[in-house]
Amino acid sequence: MRRFFISTLLLAVVLAGCAPSASGPGALPTATAEHPTLVLMTHDSFNISDSLIKQFEQETGATFKVLRAGDAGAALNQAILSKDNPLADVFFGVDNTFFGRAIQADIFESYDSPKLAEIPDELDLDSQHRLLPVDFGYVCLNYDKAYFAEKGLDVPQRLEDLTRPEYKGLLVVENPATSSPGLAFLITTVAYFGEDGYLNFWQKLRENDVYVTDGWEDAYYGQFSGGSGKGTRPLVVSYATSPAAEVYFSEGKLKEAPTGNILPEGGSFRQIEFVGILKGAKHPDLARKWVDFMLSRPFQEYIPLQMFVYPANETAALPEVFQKFAQVPSAPAKITPEEIDAGRERWIDAWTKVVLH
Amino acid sequence: MRDSTWWERAGARLRQSIFLLPLVYLLIFFFYPLSAIFRLSLAPEGHLDLQPLRVLITDRYYLHILWFTTWQATVSTILTLAIGMPAAYIFAHYTFPGKSLLRALTTIPFVLPTLVVATAFIALLGPRGWLNLWLMRLLHLEHPPIALMHTIWIILLAHVFYNATVIVRIVGGFWANLNPQLEEAARVLGADRRRTLFRITLPLLWPSLAAASLLVFLFCFTSFGVILVLGGPHFATLEVEIYRQAVHLFHLPIAAALSIVQMVITFIVMWGYTRLQARTAIPLNFRPQQTTQQPMRDWRSRLAMLLGLGTLLLILMLPLASLVERSLATEGGWSLRFYRELFMNRREAILFVPPAEAVRNSLVFALATVGMSLLIGVISAYLLAQPRYGFSAILDPIFMLPLGTSAVTLGFGFILALGRPPLDLRVSPILVPLAHTLVAYPFVVRSLLPVLRGLNPHWREAAAVLGATPARTWLRIDLPIVGRAVLVGAVFAFTVSMGEFGATALVARPEFPTMPIAIYRFLGQPGELNYGQALAMSTLLMLVCTVGLLLIERFRYRDIGEF
Repeated sequence: MRRFFISTLLLAVVLAGCAPSASGPGALPTATAEHPTLVLMTHDSFNISDSLIKQFEQETGATFKVLRAGDAGAALNQAILSKDNPLADVFFGVDNTFFGRAIQADIFESYDSPKLAEIPDELDLDSQHRLLPVDFGYVCLNYDKAYFAEKGLDVPQRLEDLTRPEYKGLLVVENPATSSPGLAFLITTVAYFGEDGYLNFWQKLRENDVYVTDGWEDAYYGQFSGGSGKGTRPLVVSYATSPAAEVYFSEGKLKEAPTGNILPEGGSFRQIEFVGILKGAKHPDLARKWVDFMLSRPFQEYIPLQMFVYPANETAALPEVFQKFAQVPSAPAKITPEEIDAGRERWIDAWTKVVLH
Repeated sequence: MRDSTWWERAGARLRQSIFLLPLVYLLIFFFYPLSAIFRLSLAPEGHLDLQPLRVLITDRYYLHILWFTTWQATVSTILTLAIGMPAAYIFAHYTFPGKSLLRALTTIPFVLPTLVVATAFIALLGPRGWLNLWLMRLLHLEHPPIALMHTIWIILLAHVFYNATVIVRIVGGFWANLNPQLEEAARVLGADRRRTLFRITLPLLWPSLAAASLLVFLFCFTSFGVILVLGGPHFATLEVEIYRQAVHLFHLPIAAALSIVQMVITFIVMWGYTRLQARTAIPLNFRPQQTTQQPMRDWRSRLAMLLGLGTLLLILMLPLASLVERSLATEGGWSLRFYRELFMNRREAILFVPPAEAVRNSLVFALATVGMSLLIGVISAYLLAQPRYGFSAILDPIFMLPLGTSAVTLGFGFILALGRPPLDLRVSPILVPLAHTLVAYPFVVRSLLPVLRGLNPHWREAAAVLGATPARTWLRIDLPIVGRAVLVGAVFAFTVSMGEFGATALVARPEFPTMPIAIYRFLGQPGELNYGQALAMSTLLMLVCTVGLLLIERFRYRDIGEF
């Protein structure tokens, strides 16, 4: 029996030695000087148009590849785990709720892109420019217009209104421990009510029968009653662009958004998404070109309809459906990435105890 | 006896070394990645820190999760048995028109992503679902009377929905080959139906019953999507907690400690099962199905079929039907609009997945998985069935460990371990079927082993005495009997891969989008068109799987086929 296991071990070593031959046609082609391959690692909801990719490939003579790695959290963790031997050259999809974790892990190179001049300072959160802002959107409450009109009910105006009896059983939120808009909304309430007040608000929300789902998909499609939602609750934590998306994805059937945003002062969260060049990238020059490309106007103008967020570049024009149906909150919650990073886990823990247990 | 020649000895050596293949595979793609992630999580400085494990054992929160994980899996398994057994009996004993189609349909839930199943249950049982609307109209109620979402009931129901097919196929397939003469003899000797069932039938069925229950238990024990999406945030299994800790909190030590607990329990359950199995295994006289099955002749058997299959069909078919209905429902009545839309790339996005490409990718990965799982699984089963290797009591639980291992942990392990030359497989598409095989081959082992152990050794001996070569013995004795179990394993390998089980959902992968991945992309954005296309793609997935399963079942060799 012992001999059996020793020979197993030996065979394993031999096999491990010849394994690279097993990597198939889709494996990363070994880059040559003439035809380098730029690899972008990102989350599953990244999307961009084919023609832009072709344009980039023509300009640089490189091949472009996308590597998807699960949701935003899972993708970032995989980038951190592979930091000694990075899977890609560029990483896109760190947002300001995970900004601190990414910076601390020290996986990004600084890059002062000339395009930063066209991006407002308020989006540019990293003074060393390891992470550069690409797009932003707002997490806020959506409401079902038809429901409120039918019941003759006023739409809640402030976050504290949600705890009033007339809104009992109407709200659905996402779990901040598993969902990115859920986390953004929890952070909003911390900024809105303060460290000593937010738990009291959530306690009251719980008493007012708030419904918690683990992900945005279930909250929006499963529980929300407005637009394409199939549920019964007329209030949901979603994005300020969701009403515009409802119109856009109705194929011209809807002339007006079936849902609306609730945007009290300090009651929404601006989520900024960043791109960064990974330390140890195989093609750092190409990676810098890609970052410039992502921040330049043609790319930025494609962002709204592909990912339903706003371009970071001020010079990029917005599509009609955004101008008509999407709203920009005048005063989103004020909170820095450092504050978020210092409090994130404590808030999630406390929230879980108050709302779920 | 004459001395064996060198090539006979070489042949024997070769046969033995084939047995190493599953072990090597597990070593490289399971134990090596796992050890890498455990090392990073528990011994980042080089020395082992077991503090996280201590925290788990002392913190009531984690003990509660462990308790919930175990009892919900136990109850789910019992319910699945209760619903699946009557159907297994009917599929094993009767022939009737539409049988293979019906059996293929019972397997479809296995491939559906949880978000899609959740959609189906919401359409059926949700507050604005069919059942509630109907009850409200019938009883003149103001509020929906049934509130199942985010309760333990929907978790149990979903587990039955997903796993009933495991009982139907593994027990049903075994049952169909049992020699009915023993039961007939018992009846002739005066035993009543009950007595025959408990004293003859169930003991004979026991090996397959235990194997199938074990698989269902392990699946429910490591349940993830069902708990997250249908159960809601109030429920957590170990697997869900590992995901939360590893992905959202990035607490790798706790996640690793939880993974170890999960694996240890899997090992203990498996070990107990193996011990039990070893004591009860008896050689059986398997019979070809033609002699055990009959068409339904009288109203009694028809009624039995209606009752036995009825419950199962109700639980399985209604959600599937509601999915199809929703995919066709547009504002202007039923239409194929969402299906047509699948083929259009309106935003010229690279996210756009042409349906044909998604189908092709899914099928290529699934076929590769079937091939690898059969190779690994059949060899493993033969290795475990060898009576002279006393270590199968340890080896069997080890072979089953991948089923009890957290997908996130393993996925992170791949990133760490498979990235260093000479083994950079992290972004190779080969990794996808390799990872699927980890979850798929245990099905092959479990469906094959009861048959191999029950195979009457006298038949092989008789063949050998009559002068048959080992190859001929295998072809004429083993294969006709074992073949059916191999096909059952192939079916599960196919579905495991089509449904994107396990680690692949979380590992980085280049652009080879499969059907489940396309579905998730649609569900990631709001709007009627996205929702409709997700359901249209789900219906397409069901269709492709049904056809695939029917084709696998069509495969016949002499006596094999029909299973």
